[in-house]
Amino acid sequence: MSLRRFFRRSRWDDERARELEAHLAIERDENVARGMTPDEAWDAARRKLGNATLVREEIYRMNTIAVLETVWQDLRHGVRLLRLNPAFALVAILSLALGVGANTAIFQLLDAVRLRTLPVQNPRQLAEVRIAVAKGGRTGHFTSRRPMLTYPIWEQIRDRQQAFSSAFVWAANDFNLTTGGEGRYAQGLWVSGDFFQTLGVAALAGRVLTREDDRPGCAAPPAVISSGFWQREYGGEPSILGRQILLDGHAYAVAGVTPPSFFGVEVGRAFDVAIPLCAEPLSLGADSAITRPASWFLAMFGRLKPGWTVESAGAHLATLSAAIFAGTVPSDYRADDAEHYRAFKLGAFAADTGVSNLRRDYESPLWLLLGTTGLVLVIACANLANLMLARATAREREVAVRLAIGASRWRVVRQLLAESLLLAVAGAAAGALIARWLSAFLVGLLATDRDPIFVALAIDWRVFAFTAALAVLTCAVFGLAPAIRVTGLSPGAAMKAGSRGSTDARERFGLRRALVVAQVALSLVLVAGALLFVRSFRNLMTVDAGFRQDGVLMVRMDLTHTGVPAGRQIAFRQEIVDRLAALPGVTSAAQTRMVPTGGGFWNENIVVAGKVLPDYINLNVVSPGYFKTLGMPILNGRDFDVRLDTPASENVVIVNQAFARKVWPDQNPIGEAFQIDEPPGVPRPVFRVIAIVKDSKYDDLRETFGPIGFFAAAQNPKPRPELRVALRYEAPTAAVTAAVTGAMAALDRSIELQFQTLEAQIRNSLLRERLMATLSGIFGALAGLIAAIGLYGVMSYMVARRRNEIGIRMALGAGRADVLRMVLREAGGLLAAGLAIGLVLAVAASTTAQSLLFGLKPWDPATLALGAIGLGAVAMLASYLPALRASRLEPTEALREE
Amino acid sequence: MPAMPKRGNPPIQGEMLQGTLDLLILKTLVVGPAHGHTIAYAIEHRSEDVLQVEHGSLYPALHRLEDRGWIASFWGTSENNRKARYYRLTPKGRKQLTAQTSRWDEIVRAVNRILRPA
Repeated sequence: MSLRRFFRRSRWDDERARELEAHLAIERDENVARGMTPDEAWDAARRKLGNATLVREEIYRMNTIAVLETVWQDLRHGVRLLRLNPAFALVAILSLALGVGANTAIFQLLDAVRLRTLPVQNPRQLAEVRIAVAKGGRTGHFTSRRPMLTYPIWEQIRDRQQAFSSAFVWAANDFNLTTGGEGRYAQGLWVSGDFFQTLGVAALAGRVLTREDDRPGCAAPPAVISSGFWQREYGGEPSILGRQILLDGHAYAVAGVTPPSFFGVEVGRAFDVAIPLCAEPLSLGADSAITRPASWFLAMFGRLKPGWTVESAGAHLATLSAAIFAGTVPSDYRADDAEHYRAFKLGAFAADTGVSNLRRDYESPLWLLLGTTGLVLVIACANLANLMLARATAREREVAVRLAIGASRWRVVRQLLAESLLLAVAGAAAGALIARWLSAFLVGLLATDRDPIFVALAIDWRVFAFTAALAVLTCAVFGLAPAIRVTGLSPGAAMKAGSRGSTDARERFGLRRALVVAQVALSLVLVAGALLFVRSFRNLMTVDAGFRQDGVLMVRMDLTHTGVPAGRQIAFRQEIVDRLAALPGVTSAAQTRMVPTGGGFWNENIVVAGKVLPDYINLNVVSPGYFKTLGMPILNGRDFDVRLDTPASENVVIVNQAFARKVWPDQNPIGEAFQIDEPPGVPRPVFRVIAIVKDSKYDDLRETFGPIGFFAAAQNPKPRPELRVALRYEAPTAAVTAAVTGAMAALDRSIELQFQTLEAQIRNSLLRERLMATLSGIFGALAGLIAAIGLYGVMSYMVARRRNEIGIRMALGAGRADVLRMVLREAGGLLAAGLAIGLVLAVAASTTAQSLLFGLKPWDPATLALGAIGLGAVAMLASYLPALRASRLEPTEALREE
Repeated sequence: MPAMPKRGNPPIQGEMLQGTLDLLILKTLVVGPAHGHTIAYAIEHRSEDVLQVEHGSLYPALHRLEDRGWIASFWGTSENNRKARYYRLTPKGRKQLTAQTSRWDEIVRAVNRILRPA
């Protein structure tokens, strides 16, 4: 019994048939020679040979592998059945493909973002070091995407720790590739010397950075670029090594290219270029986080020495903490900050899957979406189960005959399952194709111009296993029940059932009814969930932010290279603003340090009448016209004025209503004053309130209005090299950006520009909500549709089976309206049961999504009612058609049938 | 194989000892290639009609022997001009025949010792 024979067994069988024919012929010839008539000769030959078919079967079986043989038979049988009904097969495969595709796509994202380890050597030996216990909170300047440590803390850990064989720190930064004009940015990393060596990443070409490259005070260090950047920017040119690359106006020689699989240690981002940490001051100059005290901007990874675990390393770091923090108290800390600081404790955390803001923001939404798509798949399976039940019922007699003549029940079940398996596998295969496209689409949804997202969407074993498991599971769910069901009938009953029956036994509908009820219930969960997310998103879109979102363009400028002397900075900035305000299409312009919901913030404790207020107050620095530009009405008092408010005049501040309420309740705040709680030795100017402005959101549309203080840009003697100008405009955006670029080039070619409309900025800040609303909306609609189709199918089927009964009823005098009512009552009962169960489930399920909602509760009655009514209406419509068909039956025809 | 209808054992083992038919087929083919029909009659004749081969049972045996590589087959023309499948002994089959024959002798001697003790 070899596989070769197995695959050629039918050829072998032909061979045998011919051989046996020959045998018979020879025997007959001899019989004729012995004097028999041809007929007698033939019969005698056949008697002598015995049953030729049995012989062939015996030989066939010798060649075959029994399990394979019957599975193959079953599959072929299944294919034939499906080809008889291509519409059914198409609908089934398509609905499964959508279900499996959506699940696989979401799972693929989860796999990439959450489950997969970093593509570096032995990722399980990696640990991240950060502050585990920070009572009282950290104080200082927070820059980069992962501001975990300061440079002095890193130096201390590096020199004292015993747990890691090597360690590194890194900080992400966008490097400008241009000089002047609108900026173009590379995703960059500052890395300490042992970055590549610790990770065990070797260069694809050239060399990686080493400790030699990272010397404090380095003047012209080399750079290493990623494969992606090499391809994108240089077309993969081999001559890249040694070439100069301009980052933030400084030239770096390219020393090497990293392999394509290496994207860095931050999942969701891909770095373009890595340069030594010692080059950080080259980009930031006086703002360098290495030299500025209390600058949190570094993230640290270490590779555990053999024998060390993350826990033991964490304990080790905790014991070192006291000495490390005592030795690095930032010079400008106040006494209480320093006290908190000295009590900080370091810890080690597993870093085999890297670090990720994407994971932080999207892990729970993704799990939630996976649950949603899982439910969609379950609903689709229930639908298929119903269809399969109908098909199986139609084959009851055939199955009964087969059981009666001796087929085993398992054999018949297997044959019925083969059909389901074919559908499941075809659906899963098509789903896997859909998933590839869908997951790329999802990643596209998450990315913005400012935040390019990189997710390595490889099909790894986990994704494959997931999809395969889905296929098997769906097959079991929608195939097993009908198969077991139809073979469970006693053959006698089944043979009788089809022949004549006025009503269909209620019991035989039980399973199908239960399936429809379950479908409706689960659909309601999804529809209600979708409505929650959509309404939540709508709430955010329409929430009163306190400023006008439309028609505002934010221009970010880098003035580092202008060479304007410190004494002229304020005037220079005002000149820029005035020039831009005068551009055609621009109605007003103003400086601002912060963009609302832009992610940046500045907060301080303030001192009122000698008393430090306990809560931080959000602050901003703006120029005259800012409130007009953002559409924030000044309720009382005057706007800033460049002639009145100068560095020499009294310091002034404009506060919002919440500020006034909090600090001076029941009092007119105009004319009142406060100070910023500056560290000892820093002067504390007094700011006098000159106006109250309407409340607005500061960092997040989800926040409630909080106190904000606005200082005058013209009184800020040491402005930062970065300038942001808000423009209100009434012309096409492209025309305005072009006009601004032209005007700035005329003023100073070295100024780098970045544009973003406030609307786009806010849209990006609501990315997660948009994603949840869009996807859950799609899935909810899909679920509702499938459930409606399911109900339609069951009601149509029921009407078809009860034609006789309905005919008799009508013959006995039931009116069309009565029949209509009867069918609808039946459908309504199923629907009501489904909706009731669904409501309970929806409330339970949506509480898990509470943190993702804005402005409503998970059990929001209006949303639940809306979902139930909407789904109910669609479902009733779906059952109205079969009901109508039933009511139009001609009694005579219905009775004459069969 | 739960699905196949259950049937009795093939008749080959009914009258003859396990493997005897195989041995007889191999022996028959020593003189030269033959087709199934000839093999069946040859066995009957040489045993002076004591051993009746059910023709049907011959073919599974031929198939099994070919499967093991002891005999090989080819299509040829029979003495009365009909296409027939001929079988011939392979070198491997020849070795098997020697081994099986001495094994057979051993068995016969052993059985005889029991039936006719000296």
